[in-house]
Parts: sequence; C-alpha cells; structure tokens
Amino acid sequence: MNFTPAREAPEQSAQPLDQPRLDLAVIADMVAPGARVLDVGCGDGALLQLLAQKKGVDGRGVELSQRGVNECVAKGLSVIQGDADTDLADYPDDGFDYVILSQTLQATRRPRAALANMLRIGRRAIVSFPNFGYWRVRAQLAFTGRMPVTGHLVYHWHDTPNIHLCTIRDFVELVDQLGARIERGVALDRSGAPIRFNAPWWVWNLFGEQAVFLLERGGGQR
Amino acid sequence: MSIVSEARPACGEGLAPKTVVFESDRPLLTDGGGRIAPLAIAYETYGALNAARTNAILLCHALTGDQYAAGVHPVTGKPGWWEAMVGPGKPFDTDRYFLICSNVVGGCMGTTGPSSINPATGKAYGLDFPVVTIRDMVRAQAMLIDHFGIETLFCVAGGSMGGMQVLQWAASYPERVFSAMPIATAAKHTAQNIAFHEVGRQAVMADPDWRSGRYQEQGVRPEKGLAVARMSAHITYLSEAALQRKFGRKLQDRSAPTFSFDADFQVENYLRYQGLAFVERFDANSYLFVTRACDYFDLAADYGGSLAMAFKDTKTRFCVVSFTSDWLYPTSDSRAIVHALNAGGASVSFVEIESDKGHDAFLLHEPMFIATTRGFLDSAAAARGLAPNGNSK
Repeated sequence: MNFTPAREAPEQSAQPLDQPRLDLAVIADMVAPGARVLDVGCGDGALLQLLAQKKGVDGRGVELSQRGVNECVAKGLSVIQGDADTDLADYPDDGFDYVILSQTLQATRRPRAALANMLRIGRRAIVSFPNFGYWRVRAQLAFTGRMPVTGHLVYHWHDTPNIHLCTIRDFVELVDQLGARIERGVALDRSGAPIRFNAPWWVWNLFGEQAVFLLERGGGQR
Repeated sequence: MSIVSEARPACGEGLAPKTVVFESDRPLLTDGGGRIAPLAIAYETYGALNAARTNAILLCHALTGDQYAAGVHPVTGKPGWWEAMVGPGKPFDTDRYFLICSNVVGGCMGTTGPSSINPATGKAYGLDFPVVTIRDMVRAQAMLIDHFGIETLFCVAGGSMGGMQVLQWAASYPERVFSAMPIATAAKHTAQNIAFHEVGRQAVMADPDWRSGRYQEQGVRPEKGLAVARMSAHITYLSEAALQRKFGRKLQDRSAPTFSFDADFQVENYLRYQGLAFVERFDANSYLFVTRACDYFDLAADYGGSLAMAFKDTKTRFCVVSFTSDWLYPTSDSRAIVHALNAGGASVSFVEIESDKGHDAFLLHEPMFIATTRGFLDSAAAARGLAPNGNSK
C-alpha cells in the first residue's frame, strides 16, 4: 500500500536502518519493547525491520502490493498480501498490542471501519497520515484554485489513490466518534521531524504536514 | 531398535537402497480401517544432521514425485524433482540443513504400495491395498522421523500433494514442526480437482491390460491407460499461456496437416511423449491410490469444518506460496489457508509469485520463489538458533 511517496523510493536505497525515515522513527518511539505489532500497509517492510531491530517486537505485516510482500518475505519478515479494507475483518480480537496504519488511512475506502477494526484487533493503534489542513495545501487551493499537489501529496486529482484525505481536526473528531482516546499526537514538519512545541490543535493543523497519533481503545468500546 | 530393520526393499523393483522396514509389530493403521504391515519406507537424505538434531527438513513430494528430490534419478537418469531448490548454496542448502525425502505410502519407488507383496496372499496387493489418505502418508513419515531420532523438524516443505502433507503435518504434529512451507496447494480438493483425477483413474481402468488391478501377476501393464491419465493431468499442470507460447498451433515435422489422426500438432506430440515417459517410471495402481488420497483430503472436515481450528494456537511459522497462473490450486486456495492461519493467530507469510508457467512453476527455476524461500528459511533458522553451518548456536 505505497500510496504516498513517504514510504517509497528513499527507503529503497543504501542504508535504510542506519538512518530511518523520521516519521518511522516517531512511530517506532511510540511502541513498547517486545510488543506484538501488526503493520497494515507495511510497504517494503522498513518500519517492521526498524521495530524488530530497535524494539525487539514480534511483527507481522499486511501489504497490498505483491512486490512489497515479496520483498518483505525475502527479508525474513512475516507479511501477507492483503487489503486494509477487506482483510482486517478476518483478524481475531486482541491479536496484537499495536496495529499500525502508516500513510494509508487516506487511501482506504472506509477509513472509519478500518480504524474501528484496528482498535478491535489491538488495544492500541498508531496512525500516520498527510494533513490536508497544512497551510501550503490550503494556500494552493485558495490562491491557484486547483487541487493541491505537494511533497506529500504528489498525485493529480484524477490519478490519486488518496480518496479520503482529512485534516488533523477531522481525524481527532473521528477518534472521538469511535470512543478512542488519544494517548499521544505528533505533528511533523516538512522534513518529517516532530514539531517541538506545545500548541493548540489549530496550530498543528496549520503547520503540520503530516501527523502521527497513538490511540488507545476507549473504555466504552467492547 | 528391534522393530526396525534397515533392509533392501521388500517390494517394488529393488530400486531404493535406503529403506526402513517396520515389521508387523508396528503396523500403519490407516484412516480407512486398513492395516499395513510390514511397512517399507524408501527415502533419500541430503546434507548432515547436526549434533542437536535441530536442522532437519522434511521435503514432501507431489503426486508422481518420489524420494529423489536432488541428485540423479536412478530410473530416468534426470535430475531430482526439486533440483532448482535443493543443493549446496540453494535455498534448501545441503551445507546447512539435513534434508529428508521419503516416497509416500501407496507409492511405487520402494515404499509399500499396491505393487508390494501382500503378506496374506504372497501376491501383489493390487486393489487389496488399503486406500490411504494424506494423513496416512504423514503418519508413515512421522514413523521415519522417529526412526531418525528427530523430535522437531526445522521445516516441512512441499508443493501440490506435498503441500497437503505439509498442512497435515502442521495440524497433526504442531509441536514437531518449527516452520512449514505449503506451496501451490490447497486445504481440500475441489470438485474440479476430483473430476480431473477421476478422468485419469477411468483411463487406467479402461485399459484392457489393467485386468482389475491384477496386471502384475498376468505379466502385462496398462500402459496406454496410464499414459492417457498422465496426458490429461499434465494439461492441468501447465497454463494456457505457457502451452500457447511453447506450441501454439505449430505442426510437428510437417508443413501441412495430414488429414489423419497422426500427431500433426506439436502439442499432441509433446503430450504423447509425456505419457510414454511417465509409464516407464510409474505404477498404474499407485496412480489410482495417490490420486484418491488427494481427493479425500479436506483438512477442515477433521476439525469440525473449521480450518482455523486445525491450526489453533500453533507456534509453527508458516510461509504460504502460490503462483499467479496456477489454475489447478489457484491463489484463492492459498488465501483460504492464510485466512485460517490468521484467524488462529499463527505467524504466517504469504507470497503469490508472478509466473506464467502454471502449477508446475514450483518445480522450476523461479528467482522470486527462490528468494522468498531463502528469506523465510534464514529468518526461521535465526529464530531456531541455527548457525550458517547448520550447527546449533
């Protein structure tokens, strides 16, 4: 499920593990050592490898593209070919400690169902996505009158797999509706580094190009 | 071990120098209520067993395969059936692992089967041989593994009917299977699978030389029927694209049709050759029995209809592999296995390999399949604490 460039080309080259992509490092930081992790849309397995190396997790992956799956298995990762929209329903309750959906939520057909399934399969979910409220996105739409194309949203409107883009505020609202709790939330700047200051949501919603959230299943659920 | 004697085969044509015979105090009791004793199991091994006995891999052969996975086949003079995968530096690395491959019960390459002597009559069993199942084949293999003193197999791997044995091993003996590779296979035979097998069996039985299965005593062989069975089966092992690429409508050594029933087309000539080559090395009654074993295979049925229950709480690491152009055991069959393993919480990888070579792709040199197998075995070996030289760390 390589829908955004964030998980593509840069990781293919020389030493992906020595210098992990910053957003992957942010996600890895949220995972407890030795946890059972399901990475939905695991791409070429860069995050799973990072988690295995830094956190000693028991990791599994689901990936839509067969090429990605083959690369992962050849690296010795436990990955199956599958689709976040249709295949998460097959996973048993509480099979994992964390379910991760990195840069994939906006490409699912039913983001709400995907998120609900993640919080059913794991007690915690980690979601990263491009923020459509980012000021450059707003500025492009406002001043050029055209669908935005940015460093993280590289596709044109007619060929994009990103069918359910949202802003940070939109996402927070969906989390509320699902009765889940936000344990941590991090906005990332253009380089993928966390924005290191405390600010209200609207600031992050304006200056974060991507966001990463650690969610915990709400007490009311299940 | 008095129950076991290393011996020349008590059956077949004396082809298999490596044979274990389990005498009548250790019969194989079959799913169908039969009793096979004595039971000879012919096998080959490659590589060396380490001191801790932790590096053994069981390779399960397909319908008409045998124990000669690598090296030179003593009957055909051709390379073993998994030459692409087995050998020094290959994914099933003989410098690292101890590989065991045995002829299935019901087979005809030295393991007891319908051409073996029935101790009750002194003649070949023929159709009096008990109808065996995939589970019976696996039971016999487990007896062989016990004979080697191996508690846990590092891996059980095989394609097609061999893949069914892999699934049965993982379900029957989960604690004895560290990792498993079911390849180009299914957890049950479909109506179409059974239908093709039935065509083959009827072709054998329609041959006047089959003699109700008593052809051995009468000094004949139902070669025509068995060849036709092989021809029809062989079509199912290839993809339409592969047949088209290889033969198309090309004519055989002629420039125009002869308006006869000669093998005008190259594809006809090819299939006739395949049929003839097959009868040289395979027994007709064995063909009936091994195809029947596949037909009866329905792993979920043994677990209340739930395939997930067959693998419940398994610790085995699985790598399921299918091939895009395999229409005999298509990717959907592998996906059903993967879903069941996931539902059971198993550690599972699943790879569908892009290939236009059809079902037979698992036997051929497919670089992505080789890379997948190597990656899976390497990570399993690390988890098992196997050093690159095959010793326990």
